[in-house]
Amino acid sequence: MSESTATAARGATRSTGRTAAGPRRSLLRPLLLAVVLLVALALPLYVEEFWLRTGFAVCGAVVGAIGLNLLVGTTGQLSLAHAFFLAVGAVTYVFVSGESGGLGLADLSGLAWPPVVGMIAGVLLAGLAGLLFSPIAARLRGIYLGVASLGLVFIGQHVLNSWTQVTGGFNGRSAPEFSLFGFTFGNTDPDLYVLEVPFREAERLWYLGLVLALGAYLFARNLLRSRPGRALQTLRDSEVAASVMGVNVQRYKARVFLVSSMYAGLAGVMYALSIGSIAPESFGLEVSILYLAMIVLGGLGSVGGAVLGALFVSALPLVFQRYADVVPLVGGSGEGGLAPGEAARFLFGLAIILVILFQPAGLAGLADRFRRRGRDPGGGRPTSASAAATSSSTTAVPSDPPAQGSTS
Amino acid sequence: MTQFLSLLLNGISLGAIYALIALGFVVIFKASEVVSFTHGSLLLLGAYSIARLSEPLGFYLAVVVGVAITAFAAFLIERLIINRLRGAPVISLAIVTIGVDIILLTELIRRIGSDILNVPHPWGGGSVRIGDVGISENRLIATLVAGVLIALFFLAFKFSNWGVAMRASAEDGETAALMGIRLGRVSVLAWVIAGVLAGVAALFLVGSPTPGVSPTAYSVALRAFPAAILGGLDSTGGALVGGLLIGLAESFAAGYQDQLLFLGRGFGDVVPYIVMIAVLLFRPSGLFGTRELTRV
Repeated sequence: MSESTATAARGATRSTGRTAAGPRRSLLRPLLLAVVLLVALALPLYVEEFWLRTGFAVCGAVVGAIGLNLLVGTTGQLSLAHAFFLAVGAVTYVFVSGESGGLGLADLSGLAWPPVVGMIAGVLLAGLAGLLFSPIAARLRGIYLGVASLGLVFIGQHVLNSWTQVTGGFNGRSAPEFSLFGFTFGNTDPDLYVLEVPFREAERLWYLGLVLALGAYLFARNLLRSRPGRALQTLRDSEVAASVMGVNVQRYKARVFLVSSMYAGLAGVMYALSIGSIAPESFGLEVSILYLAMIVLGGLGSVGGAVLGALFVSALPLVFQRYADVVPLVGGSGEGGLAPGEAARFLFGLAIILVILFQPAGLAGLADRFRRRGRDPGGGRPTSASAAATSSSTTAVPSDPPAQGSTS
Repeated sequence: MTQFLSLLLNGISLGAIYALIALGFVVIFKASEVVSFTHGSLLLLGAYSIARLSEPLGFYLAVVVGVAITAFAAFLIERLIINRLRGAPVISLAIVTIGVDIILLTELIRRIGSDILNVPHPWGGGSVRIGDVGISENRLIATLVAGVLIALFFLAFKFSNWGVAMRASAEDGETAALMGIRLGRVSVLAWVIAGVLAGVAALFLVGSPTPGVSPTAYSVALRAFPAAILGGLDSTGGALVGGLLIGLAESFAAGYQDQLLFLGRGFGDVVPYIVMIAVLLFRPSGLFGTRELTRV
């Protein structure tokens, strides 16, 4: 977060006067990261299974949110099709790695290949789906794309419901356990104890999720700092300017769609692993909207923001569910109180509105503002327009980069 | 042949309802550059209010009040949120309406629960026969009402002060503002009109052959999205054509379901989206939308 282009530019212009602030920050940040990582690694030794399972679900959401943020936040292409690509990933995994056989009435088929192959196939196929859609996506502008991608979700639902042989149809089908070179991420085989704590499915998956989420985070952060990343941001700010500067608009749009849907595919696989099964209802429009909520709350265009947003949005309903009797206003699903899912949804809706109205840079922007307050009086206030600015405002702010959490 | 004619007629009537909703989208988009994702839940709000109020108030009064509630909700959304975000990027505006939609929809679904509310239309569930072709009375009346409303709308759009103001501000907001047109007022009126259209559409959408008010009405309303996009988001005429096209496509796909069985059951529900994507592939701004030109 702190290395957003805006901050970097700010730092560069003023570095002469403030040499002291530079090194201190560069030390603090890795330290913080190391502490967080250490806590995350040690977590299975202390907390109960619920939190680890939630953690894995959050990791999946993090991967998906980072992917969507590349598309919507960084490049400014509104897409509601994320649930569709999630579904492609999940179904591919289940089909490739699942066993054939009848389940009730349905006659399922599966290839029963190793789960790693299934996971990779899921990612690739989701990417392929994104690539197939990208000729449409690259030609459509802004809002047309948003609505067109809405169509994909419904078409996906239809396919999920009717292609029973592969997807399990309306009832869905169960997802095979993940395993890596003979090491299963299940409860046994091999039995594993670390410091006398049994490492069962939840613990193992937690580490898997951590690795995947970290990889996704690093990849996205590095992508944004690279030449293509800059190109994507230019694309968001002005397509004309981008093409004048030699960015091939169509090709970059297609590519970002590819990358984003691959992220979604991985998130889909992780979702299937965390739930243990897939069903059409898990990939409806609501999922797309929740992912959108994640990146808006986190801060459009900011990778760190996407992580925060995913954490907030995906963990909240689960936490509400568990502590339903403690949280005020949230009751059981019975009379009087709100059901946990409902309460969470009210909160997301409200949060989206408030964020767009008052803090367009989201949680990442908020963190930025706090960090800058000490060093840089009056400089921490972000400009008003959101980071997704395809804004047509041709007012006189030519070279200054938009101060929203642009990268990282 | 009879089947074809009957599907045609049903398609047109369904298309008329879609056209009403799509017209709302387009009006809002023209006036305030917002793609309103709240429309589905606004529609559900209208249907819910009519269904709940028709017991104490009687049907006709309930319709008036229900439509008024829908319009008022649209008014509130514009005043409280959209109006404060003038000039914000289109995507932010769209996302904010998604936020409103989440709240409204969650509340409505919570209230409706799992039961299906019934709207006691005085014309009931009967059907009319024209020659060999049958159509439900509800749909027939819907077509007529929609026709009248759409005609009124186009007249107002062409000749009334508001219509002129709106066309001017859609053409060039800044110049229109300099000429003394109050953009805020244009925008709020557009939202109210869209709310009214959605309320009326809701009234007919939950009549026969649909069983009643249930959360599925929301997804039906979403199918007006392809209608608006298909015609071109900034073209009122396009909304009309788009609505009819989508209605026809859906009706035919549902009617010839048996021949299309290899595509899966309930294929009619996704046809609108497939048609939309197919059209967008060839005309990225819809059939009648203005193409965006970029001058450097």
